[in-house]
This record gives sequence, C-alpha cells and structure tokens, in this order.
Amino acid sequence: MSNYITIQREELYPFIQDKFSQGFNYLLDITAIDYSEYVKTQDEEFAVVYIIRHEDFKQTIVIKSYLSILEVQTVTDIFSGADWLEREVYDQYGIIFKDHKNLRRVLNHHGFKGHPLRRSYPITKGQLSLCVDDLQDEMNNRLLGKSVVCKLEDGSFSDCSKDLMFLNLGPSHPASHGTIRTYLALDGETIEAAVTEIGYLHRGFEKSCENHTYNQIIPYTDRLNYCSAISNNIAFAKTVEDMLGVTLPPRGQAIRVLLLELSRIEDHLVCLAAILVDMGAMTNYWYMYNPRESIYELLSKLTGARLTNSYMRIGGMTNDLHDDFESDLNNALLKVKEGVEETLSLIKHNRIFHDRTQNIGIISPEDAINASLTGPNLRASGVAYDMRKDNPYYGYENYEFDVVVGSVGDVYDRIMVRFEEIQQSSKIIDQVMRTMPDGEINIKDASIVLPKKEAVYTTIEGVMNQFKLTYEGVKVPVNEYYGSIEATNGELGFFIVSDGSGTPYKVKVKAPSFTAIAAYADMIEGLQLADSVLTLGSLNIIAGEMDR
Amino acid sequence: MGLNNPAMPIDTAIATKLDKAIGWARESSLWPMIFGTACCAIEFMSVAASKYDISRFGAEVVRFSPRQADLLIIAGTITYKQGPILKQIYDQMSEPKWVISMGACACSGGFYDNYSTMQGIDEIIPVDLYVGGCPPRPEALLDALLTLQADVKTNKYDPNRHKDFKGLLDNV
Ligand code: SF4
Repeated sequence: MSNYITIQREELYPFIQDKFSQGFNYLLDITAIDYSEYVKTQDEEFAVVYIIRHEDFKQTIVIKSYLSILEVQTVTDIFSGADWLEREVYDQYGIIFKDHKNLRRVLNHHGFKGHPLRRSYPITKGQLSLCVDDLQDEMNNRLLGKSVVCKLEDGSFSDCSKDLMFLNLGPSHPASHGTIRTYLALDGETIEAAVTEIGYLHRGFEKSCENHTYNQIIPYTDRLNYCSAISNNIAFAKTVEDMLGVTLPPRGQAIRVLLLELSRIEDHLVCLAAILVDMGAMTNYWYMYNPRESIYELLSKLTGARLTNSYMRIGGMTNDLHDDFESDLNNALLKVKEGVEETLSLIKHNRIFHDRTQNIGIISPEDAINASLTGPNLRASGVAYDMRKDNPYYGYENYEFDVVVGSVGDVYDRIMVRFEEIQQSSKIIDQVMRTMPDGEINIKDASIVLPKKEAVYTTIEGVMNQFKLTYEGVKVPVNEYYGSIEATNGELGFFIVSDGSGTPYKVKVKAPSFTAIAAYADMIEGLQLADSVLTLGSLNIIAGEMDR
Repeated sequence: MGLNNPAMPIDTAIATKLDKAIGWARESSLWPMIFGTACCAIEFMSVAASKYDISRFGAEVVRFSPRQADLLIIAGTITYKQGPILKQIYDQMSEPKWVISMGACACSGGFYDNYSTMQGIDEIIPVDLYVGGCPPRPEALLDALLTLQADVKTNKYDPNRHKDFKGLLDNV
C-alpha cells in the first residue's frame, strides 16, 4: 500500500513540491530517526521521514532522507499542517527546519535542554520547569502579521488600532481538559489573535516504547486516547502484525471490528457529553454519560478493566468473548440508543443550540486537508474520507454503513457527524454479531502468541516458549513501516522502525488530535471568546494522544 | 449530634465543643477542585455521574477556581511542564485545604518513568491521601473521600502539618 522512497537532502523540498502537484496533498506525519545505535550502520546518523497521502486517499508515500547536516528546508509553505509537526521533530531530535517561522519547542517545556528522542539522551533524565513560557513573542508576531500591533523603533510593541486585553485560557480550565493553553488577545469579547501551547501531558510515550517489548507497549497505547483504549490497542497490534506478515483468523478480525466500533461509540459519547456541558446543557451530560457506564460494565467483564483495557496482544487478544456477551452488548447498545435519542430531542430543534454552534469555528474542506485534519473533524468539513471505506481492513468492505459528512465544517457539523456515527457504528456492530464466525481468535504461531496456560504448567516446551516470548518479546523483522486504521478520532497511525529485536527501535504515533489542535488557533481568530470553548470541544482533543 | 433530626424543637440549645461543631460542618461541605489532566480525570467523570454520584457524600460542588475550593483532587499524570501550574493552583487555595492524589501517575509517576513525567506530585506539593490504581475505580476515590471526611470531622488534620514541607519548586 505504501511506497518507500529515499532521496537526497537537497532534493527533498523540490521532490515534495513535485509530489504535491501530482496530487499528494495530504500530509500525514513528519518524523526523524536517530540511527546511532542501529544494527545496520548507516553513513548518516539522522534521517527525516515524511508520510504523505494522495488525494485519492489510497496511495501513500513515505519519503526518507539521510541528513549530512541537521537542517532541511521547511515544507510549511506547502502544507500548513507541517508547522507543528516540524516543531515536534525539532523539539525531539534537534533538526532545524530552515525558514520555519516559529521553530520553537512544542512538547517539552521551554527551559528544556537537549533533545529527548535522540538515542544519547538518557530516558530518566528529567528536567524541572521553573516557570511557564509567557508566549508573548509568539503572540506579538501573530498580531504583527495581522497588523493589530505596530512595532516601535525601540523594538517594543504597541496596540496601534485596538485596545487589547490578553487572557490565558487554560491549561487549568475545565474546557481545556487541563492540558491545553490558549493565549488570547481580546478586543472586547472578540479574539484578535490566539496562540496555543500544548505539551502539558507529554509523558514520553515514544521514548518509553524504545525500551519495552512490543506486548509491553500495549498498556501504554491504552493511554493515548484513553476515552477509547481498545482502538489504540488495535491500531498498534495491527501495525506490528503487518510487519510480521500475519493476519488474524476471521473470528479475531470480527471481534476487533466489533470492539473498534464500540470504542467509537464510547469515544463520541464522552466528547458529546463534554461539549454539551461546556455549552451549559448539563442534563445531556447524564443522558450521554450514563450509557458509557453500561459499556464500562461490559468491558470490565470482557477485559477486566473499565477504562484501560489492554485487551489486544500482538497476534490476537487475551481471551474470547464471555458467555453472555451478546446480552450485555444489546443492553449497552439500548442504553446508548436511549441516551442519544433523549439528547437529540433536547437539542435538535433547540434555538440556543443552533445559535451557539452553527457557523462557528468553520474550516473549509481545502484548509482541513491542508492542515492534515482527520476523522470526524475532516468529514464534518465535507471530505468523505474514511479509511474503513477507502483502505478497508478486517473485512470492513463487507459491512454496510455510510460515511457521515457535514456540509459547512462548523461546530454544529462536527457534533452532528458524531451523533450520526454512533448510529452507523451500532449498525456495524449488529452486522458483526449476526455474522460472527466461529473458530480461533489468535494466530497460530508459537513465536508470536503465548502458549496456553496448561502447556506452560505441564510441558518444558511451554515454559521455555512462555519465558522466551515474555522476556525477549515478539521478534519483528528489520523494517520501517507505517500502518494505520480509522480510529475514533480519525487516522491513527504508527510508524515503527524495527531492528529485528523484540523491542522497537523507534515508534512514532500519527496522532489525530495533534494536527487538530495545531489548526485550532486559526479557527477561532475573529470569533467571540465563548465560541473558542465550543470549537475546542467540537474537535475532541484527547490530550494523551495529542501530547503522547 | 442529631442536628439533622426534623423532630427536634427549634428552640433547643446544644452543648458541644467548638471544634466538634466546626468538624461536623466541614465534613459534608468539601468543595473539590479537580485538577484533571489525563485518563484518571475520565474516571472522575464517572464518579461525578449518576451511577457513583459523589453528591451522595456531600462533595459534588466541583469548582474550577482554586479560590473557591478546599479539596484538591489531582487526577492524572503531572509532567514537569505542568509542575509550576499545579503549584500555583495549590498556593491559590486558602486554608484549610486538603489534597487527594488520584491514580498511580499522580502518586508516583506511574509507569511513566521517563524524562518528562514528575515522579509523584509530592515532589512539589504536600499530599494528604494517596489513591492507587491506574486508574483507580470510582469506589476507590469515594473511599478516599469518606476517609478524608471522617478525619476532617474529628479535626485530625493539624493546619500546620505541612509547615516544614519543601517541594522542588519552593523558593527557587
Ligand atoms: S494513573 Fe493510569 S489512568 Fe491515571 S492518569 Fe496515570 S496512566 Fe492514566
């Protein structure tokens, strides 16, 4: 599916530009690789990697370039979504992007020294942050670009036309999930300029992956998008299985589809509950959140945990569905249906709801693609891109469902797309349950899947097998691979570099929330202050996945 | 003390100790401020929703202003970047105040033993109760709340108990 291309550093920019004109206009991710401890010795220590998709949403290219010097030309003038992605590479690896307008750290704090994803950086070396970045320079540049302030001769700034007031919204603010800081320049209630700062929940996921075995990483993936843990498990496990060249038996695949769709419902419920509370529609919180409790009950029975399920394994999952799974599921889906109906009856024709959400926080389809938005946020802008249809896996092509799209790309559309996706997901779950195949859930390969407990307790081979797999991990052949699925928030991808051992050499997450928050500042400028809260809620930013 | 008894005549006088009366009043009027950053905050949402319903225990007036709260619940991972913010929030709360650390991350950094995660919030602010779990079940948080309330009622907590606490961000 993906095409891997290596090219010279100097030709990188023209090459990407050329590809862009050929229709590769959807940037998925930018990252770097530090080869200093890699098995195969490379001439250069570092490489940058660009993952770009064609506008047909089918072909993907992965462009890699080895770096003789740690500097490359920025591609922000081609893709607006590259802005923050390049900042992250700079922050984590120290690679300079020439002509980038705002090359500052994005995940680590402003006082941080060094670049943590370099192999030479010790994983446990923490650095205390003594104070918060005031962001005033970034704000001034932003205002200057809009001619809202003037630069005086002594280098300071003055309000030239407006009487500005500066306000910090977050990170400790109920609507910002405790982790997103938006620094605003207000003229009255109108937002003249906005600067977003993230990284408050950057907990070193990618570095931690580099010293855990593949199966040990599963619990970490739970905590990326913790509103729908299983979907992250699946995205990761599937990528590794693709690298191993194995596919799950039909029953395993069907269970994954089922749980993916259940996760989608779970995730949308919490997003919608939260945004309605932000709007002041408190009642709906109970209507939308309580069905989640029924899903939790189901998942605790199935996986042993309510929220952080860690249910998937490389090569399958921990156990088969429990005995009364079907009735539990039907009960949960019924609760969901009731909750959704009750909520919709309160808001669907509600004037306040319409006034507060329609034509607010609009992003056009072109801008949404260029900014690398994905999932429901992209579909709300009218782009009918859904990996389940465009690059189907696990037999999605056999299920009947609609891709839900919006027409305006405003808060209203983003909310309504999610409501409808809940219905579509229930529809898929019904079909999966009706056609659920019998048979094995895990692949049959002793070098990937743990042996049965009886074998471990009674045979020496079983003990050895268990010990080796647990201790050394599943050995993945030397490869560099990008794999992704349509997770709840959009395309969730993993770019994994394997050196042949049981521990990944590098893991990079293509996180839907990261690109969404990068586009946020542009979306709220010109709006009223209160609208910024709803716009943020409608993007469904999940900090664990955004900051990793 | 039976003050809740509706049959009690209005003109009754009750002899008690001032401390006892204060403890009784405080017990069921804790106003929590949720410093929620990650997965544990989602479990807190469950604690606040109808099934577990924290209002049954008189602690549902969730405030997002530290000025109006006397119970700080830290639910989620605290990174070094978040540190100064958490410290500021804690400092802004007025006495008497209590702190519950919810979840493995807040208690000890959890399984994030790496460059960005603070290895427990007690590196910067004092903590009264630790709740284990990743995330803790809602019952565990409610249990912590009940434990705290029982102690608050008996005035177990000395207002000067953290006088000598010195965190990494104090006086730097
Ligand atoms: S303790 Fe576990 S559930 Fe809670 S914030 Fe940390 S990782 Fe998330």
